[in-house]
Amino acid sequence: MAEKDYIQGATGPWEIVIGMEVHAQVSSKSKLFSGADTTFGAEPNHQVSLVDAAMPGMLPVINAYCVEQAVRTGLGLKAQINLHSVFDRKNYFYADLPQGYQISQYLQPIVGKGELLLDMPDGSTRTIGITRLHLEQDAGKSLHDQSPRESFIDLNRSGVALMEIVSEPDMRNSEEAGLYLKKLRTIVRYLGTCDGNMDEGSMRADVNVSVRKPGGPLGTRCEIKNVNSVRFVQQAIEYEARRQIEILEDGGKIDQETRLFDTGKGVTRSMRSKEEAHDYRYFPDPDLLPLEFEQSWVDGIKAALPELPDEKKARFIEKLGLSPYDAAVLVAEKESADFYEKVAKGRDGKLAANWVITEYFGLLNKSGQSMEEFVITAEKLGGLIDLISDNTISNRLAKDVFALMVETGKDAATIVEEKGMKQVTDTGAIEKVIDEVMAANQDKVAEYRSGKDKLFGFFVGQTMKASGGKANPAAVNELLKKKLAG
Amino acid sequence: MTLDPDKFTIASALEGLAKKDFTSVELTQASIKAMEAARPLNAMITETPDKALEMAKAADARRAKGEAGLLEGIPLAIKDLFATKGVLTTAASHILDGFKPEYESTATANLWKAGAVMLGKLNLDEFAMGSSNETSYYGPVTNPWRAKDGTKLVPGGSSGGSAAAVSAGFALGATGTDTGGSIRQPASLCGITGIKPTYGRVSRWGIVAFASSLDQAGPMTRTVRDSALMLQAMAGFDPKDSTSVDRPVPDYVANLDGGVKGMRIGIPREYRMDGMDPEIVALWEQGKQWLKEAGAEIVDINLPHTHYALATYYIVAPAEASSNLARYDGVRYGLRVPGKDLTEMYENTRGEGFGREVQRRIMIGTYVLSAGYYDAYYTKAQKVRTLIKKDFEQAFQRVDAILTPTAPNAAFPIGMKNDDPVTMYLNDVFTVPTSLAGLPGMSVPAGLSSGGLPLGLQLIGKPFEESQLLRVGRTLEKAANYTAKPFHWWES
Repeated sequence: MAEKDYIQGATGPWEIVIGMEVHAQVSSKSKLFSGADTTFGAEPNHQVSLVDAAMPGMLPVINAYCVEQAVRTGLGLKAQINLHSVFDRKNYFYADLPQGYQISQYLQPIVGKGELLLDMPDGSTRTIGITRLHLEQDAGKSLHDQSPRESFIDLNRSGVALMEIVSEPDMRNSEEAGLYLKKLRTIVRYLGTCDGNMDEGSMRADVNVSVRKPGGPLGTRCEIKNVNSVRFVQQAIEYEARRQIEILEDGGKIDQETRLFDTGKGVTRSMRSKEEAHDYRYFPDPDLLPLEFEQSWVDGIKAALPELPDEKKARFIEKLGLSPYDAAVLVAEKESADFYEKVAKGRDGKLAANWVITEYFGLLNKSGQSMEEFVITAEKLGGLIDLISDNTISNRLAKDVFALMVETGKDAATIVEEKGMKQVTDTGAIEKVIDEVMAANQDKVAEYRSGKDKLFGFFVGQTMKASGGKANPAAVNELLKKKLAG
Repeated sequence: MTLDPDKFTIASALEGLAKKDFTSVELTQASIKAMEAARPLNAMITETPDKALEMAKAADARRAKGEAGLLEGIPLAIKDLFATKGVLTTAASHILDGFKPEYESTATANLWKAGAVMLGKLNLDEFAMGSSNETSYYGPVTNPWRAKDGTKLVPGGSSGGSAAAVSAGFALGATGTDTGGSIRQPASLCGITGIKPTYGRVSRWGIVAFASSLDQAGPMTRTVRDSALMLQAMAGFDPKDSTSVDRPVPDYVANLDGGVKGMRIGIPREYRMDGMDPEIVALWEQGKQWLKEAGAEIVDINLPHTHYALATYYIVAPAEASSNLARYDGVRYGLRVPGKDLTEMYENTRGEGFGREVQRRIMIGTYVLSAGYYDAYYTKAQKVRTLIKKDFEQAFQRVDAILTPTAPNAAFPIGMKNDDPVTMYLNDVFTVPTSLAGLPGMSVPAGLSSGGLPLGLQLIGKPFEESQLLRVGRTLEKAANYTAKPFHWWES
């Protein structure tokens, strides 16, 4: 643990300890125990089956697709898949919980211990332990702003399949927490098991935060519930850690409690104390049989998994010569990685990576469009890179061509042709330009020859300028050196 | 032509319908008349005469076209725990006020598919919690059998309305549900036949849940043959119930008269309890004798954990019930009693909506699942339940069926056992172990007490061996030659 990660308090440095429980909605057409639709944004109470509304005598039937997605996610987290797992009832009353219990998994979850690699900005990685993953139902939604006197209930979400992914308390600062969430999102998106859209509530995080003196025993933690963006998670951690340090340094003690993050004020607020905590009275749901798998079934799923970000990253580094940082940037979104691979195919991997990361992403972000909408396809960018590789244009000139490609939608070759931007490699033509430059700057030539080497750059610049940027820089260098030497 | 439904069994009525002696409409009209006359018994919560006649008409039409189903045109009454589409479904609870489901339970849908006709919804103990049908929000059911001095008696429970309706003769058959004896005990107390099938044999979908790991629906009829017929229609795999078992339903009627020659019938020593009513002991002895005379071998067996069954049951069943009944919260359907906030609305609704016995069981169930008590009660009970199951598994390696009394007593006066819930719970002492083991059990009327009241004997079978169980039941029925019927005092 690097010292820089400690928070300096009045009594010395403090270490933050963070663990996370992420609820990831399974990308499934129907709910975990009913056939009702799960599409986001439907009219309230239009996606509610008799089971979701907990009508008398209704029974849950497990959605096999959701089970498979949980197993796939577990495999994506390199976790142990439990061949026997059990659904339990978590009992509590709330208006948007129709059954009066949530069907979840308690003592015997579907997925056990695994791990997740954080890609640190310096190119290193850090391993965060995964404690478990279990399947559970989502609750409905209470709408408190529809009427001054009543609350309304929308059961569209009631019964939707969630994967609760629990981490070990292995994170030490808000940056790691952010990276953890992002990496988890990357993995589930690669797998297609969750769309990872935090603004639609498909991924929410409960963040456990405690502080301690470096190396000391773990402090009392507070759980910040239902935080729904990476930025808010980080803000909540920063605030919560400082709040706890302040209390401890004032001689107080931390109460174990559940807190909410107020996104408007950027503060966390107590929701309920340990004394008010529910006794959930978990017990195995007698309406459901335990889930039993054959190892061969799990093996089959494992064999069919797509290449995951960590493997892709390793391949980009080893086979395509990328730096760990560039590789991490490219694999963060499957779409980017796929785009990059198309661009790099049959071309120089590093050159392609530079172009995708710096130029392409730069103009893409400026456009505000999605990769799909953006006028530059992988083929077009590849065409541009080809012109650089075969010395038709210089790297510098290519940037101008790229800007024109975005502007006009034309491909690189057409633009170069139309604008006459072809690089001049004909030494005779370049020599002619150099002669002209030298003739116009005889004093500088004399200075150079008397030992002012630094003027070389000046001559390069002048020559390039005189050639309209089209002269091949390498040829210019070589010829200039020869001619200036006299 | 004036028909008396009390003169028929399902089998004989089917014969009459097939021979065109009468139509389903005629039979149904007669049943409706008898049902209305029997209102003093309070066996019905909802009568559906119009629906019954409509269904009877349709049944006659199908029969005329040669498309008669297994129970075509037979008027039945349905325990008000089964959801019936568009018809008030109450579980005999105030909390389900006005609840008309949009769906039909699988078990009743199967009966309608077989051509049966619905007379209405039967009274029961609230949420099927009770052994005397006195916990119903709609008032107690009176047993058609009265004491010699005219004292009104309970029909047993929780399927008390079902047993009373069949015993009184207005319904040829009724559906029941059995969680710890709720089909068998009232069948015994009202002098009819009832079978609780193997757990998983009849779908629970659409039946208001009491204790999910124990609840099982079954038929209550006048004869073993009728039970076989009705079970045939009700049973079957249902993908909507994850605990329903996917195996074919055999022909229960085909081998009914095959007898018991060569079968081994177990007599569990532990069911011979201290202070047992000598009349019950004598009847049990008589049952052994009958089966022996029919060619069965009588074998003494041990079911060593029997003593713990009742305590185990009264942990497991309330635990599940406390969770199953959480959905009755006043938010979406049924009764809502307003309050100043959500918590107060819950308290008001559930406080008024649930009766005392239901509240008692919710509290017991909540307690045994609570942190700090869970292992001592719930976990321990699950372990004992496994031991009880093993007792039976071992016994069934030696025997084909087990014979015991159904209940420790005949029907008792209304109000007599209401002061002490434990006394009431003891009524299920012989039926509860079967439920915990998920085994099929049936009660067959076998004789009358010295007070002139019906007494039943219980037969317990191997899992999914209902065919064999019914065959033993039929043998017992033949030997007992039980023909007693209650005097129709309510008609005079």
